[in-house]
Amino acid sequence: MKKVEAIVKPHKLDDVKTALTQVGVQGLTVSEVRGFGRQKGHKEQYRGAEYTVDLVPKVKIEVVVGDGAVSAVVEAITRAARTGEIGDGKIFVTGLEGVTRIRTGEKGEAAI
Amino acid sequence: MRTVLRWFGGGDGDPALQKKRMVRRSLGVWLMLLALGWFWLIPKYSSAQDKKPEETKAAAPAPAPAPAPQAPAGPKADPNGGNTGDGSFAQDGGGTLFIPADPGAAPEKKDFKDEKEYLDAKKAYDEKKKAFDEYTEQAKKEPLAVKLANSVGHNRAGINMTWILITGMLVMFMQAGFALVETGLCRAKNAAHTMAMNFLIYPLGMLGFYVCGFAFMFGGAGSVATVGGPAVLDGMWSINGWNILGTKGYFLSGSFYDTSVFAIFFFQMVFMDTTATIPTGACAERWKFSSFVLYGCAIGTIMYPIYGNWVWGGGWCSQLGVKLGLGHGTCDFAGSSVVHLQGGVIAFWFAKMIGPRIGKYNKDGSPNVIPAHNIPMVMLGTFILAFGWFGFNPGGSLAGTDLRNAMSVVNTMLASATGAMATTLWMWKVRGNKPDPSMMCNGMLAGLVAITAPCAYVNSMSACIIGLVAGILVVEVVFFVERKLKIDDPVGAIAVHGSNGLWGILSVGLLSDGTYGDGVNGVSGKGVTGLFYGDAGQFAAQCIGALACITYVSIISIVVFKVVSAMTGGTQRPSAEVEVEGVDIAEVGCLGYCGIVMDKASESPVSK
Repeated sequence: MKKVEAIVKPHKLDDVKTALTQVGVQGLTVSEVRGFGRQKGHKEQYRGAEYTVDLVPKVKIEVVVGDGAVSAVVEAITRAARTGEIGDGKIFVTGLEGVTRIRTGEKGEAAI
Repeated sequence: MRTVLRWFGGGDGDPALQKKRMVRRSLGVWLMLLALGWFWLIPKYSSAQDKKPEETKAAAPAPAPAPAPQAPAGPKADPNGGNTGDGSFAQDGGGTLFIPADPGAAPEKKDFKDEKEYLDAKKAYDEKKKAFDEYTEQAKKEPLAVKLANSVGHNRAGINMTWILITGMLVMFMQAGFALVETGLCRAKNAAHTMAMNFLIYPLGMLGFYVCGFAFMFGGAGSVATVGGPAVLDGMWSINGWNILGTKGYFLSGSFYDTSVFAIFFFQMVFMDTTATIPTGACAERWKFSSFVLYGCAIGTIMYPIYGNWVWGGGWCSQLGVKLGLGHGTCDFAGSSVVHLQGGVIAFWFAKMIGPRIGKYNKDGSPNVIPAHNIPMVMLGTFILAFGWFGFNPGGSLAGTDLRNAMSVVNTMLASATGAMATTLWMWKVRGNKPDPSMMCNGMLAGLVAITAPCAYVNSMSACIIGLVAGILVVEVVFFVERKLKIDDPVGAIAVHGSNGLWGILSVGLLSDGTYGDGVNGVSGKGVTGLFYGDAGQFAAQCIGALACITYVSIISIVVFKVVSAMTGGTQRPSAEVEVEGVDIAEVGCLGYCGIVMDKASESPVSK
């Protein structure tokens, strides 16, 4: 079982959700985050004083999938979230130790 | 008895804390005793002043005090407005009364120093008596005309009083505007506290003004002529004929229980509340609520009314025209100096002495940005203020029948527009930034503040120029205060109200064109005229008034600040942890945005 974390532009959330449901993902978690990448933000002015805008709002989507489905899911997210501009985001894949469905107590792949 | 002494002695416990408590408690009691003593002493002292003839007020001379112990006859208060605006108040468009006034008792020889004065007075009296007797004879033959005159007089009073009350209500609504602007420009974690300060200053200031502020400011102002008020505002403390402070009218009692007095009280009270709410912006986000409340007690009672008396209450600044020939004395139509310059100077000293917000300045003195949390709130507040200003400025005529009001309104509107445009273009093209929304709002407010004094006295082009200069001035002063003086002013109160209040009061002395204002402050013969239209004396009077304002307000601000600090544990700031966490919970016990998670990263100042 793997967890796929994707950080994408907020306005791409709907496209990514559609693409994931088409690939067959059964559930996902979304959170609003802020961050920066290689650009490290830019300078703005407020009332004449300069300040750095570095933390940009993004959306993080977390999906848990079986090992076999990982590449399809990553491919789907990449296709849906790409705009070609700087700031499209990143996808992280991590291994999971265990999954439990709270209502029934099922464990492992059956709980995904 | 023991518990009382123990309370004064600071209670038990840590000796250092005990000492502080003792100082605080005794100081509070001393101030209360002082206030009580003032209320008791001043009426006792001022009743001797009442009997001296007032030189600038046009009222029939009161009858000489009889040796028998009767109550001294004075102007009669009129709580129901029944006597207000009878036929004697009716006048034509040019201001000439239809009906001659009853001259009262004849002058007696023993009241005058020498024969010549007595004969002059007797001659003047005889002429008035003749006119009045002729009228009385004629009135017996034309009862309908008398009834018409009474009706017209009453209607005039009614229109004028409606004007005073409605414009006053518009100004009251400006409290909401100030609350929105200040809260929007501060951080979300301090929203409840900032709003609470702006909310509570309204009743605090008002009650202080009711208790004694109005008495100090208007106790000796004469009468409210535009609503036919009797001359009950007749308690003034003077030195050598220069009026300093009013002495009657505490709690609007006694002869102040009069409809015209109540109308003027309402009108002046909402202006006082406008001043009161200015320093809450400059000291926002780092002001203990207890300290703020004590400031609120001081602003309505002593800080605002004293200079207010000097300019509007018949005090010495307004007497400069009559006594020294300087134009019409200090003229401030709607309060650039009385309201805004006072507020700006208080804001300056309070912000300076309370210190900058944590994180505002780096070690090398360079300022950090602490962005506004709600720009829509700021702009909505600015529009509400601009709307309320349509009551603030034209209301100064105190007369719905004064058709110059249309010009006051248009001048106000034009100055607000040129102010906003000037600031936007200055920031955008000259200073090279983007058109900053919060600065735009400051620019509009700057234009409004600057036009407040001259609105009725200038033509439309001058109004545009005044707004234009104000718009540029506010930007430069914001930068100057933030970068050079290193004073943290979250909302730009010092720049908007202080510097433009000064520009406004001086612009009366420069750009007034003389078409209006004949008779203001007792000077007849020409309208209020500025330097560029030929009257240098007016400009001198404006400068003197401005100087008096800045000097007096600086002194009283520093004194009040230090006293309040002593009374609230030595400092008016909350602890550093409270300030960084957000003053909402610690000072007012609830969050402004409860249930909405505030991102900590967006809360702290962002540095270079």
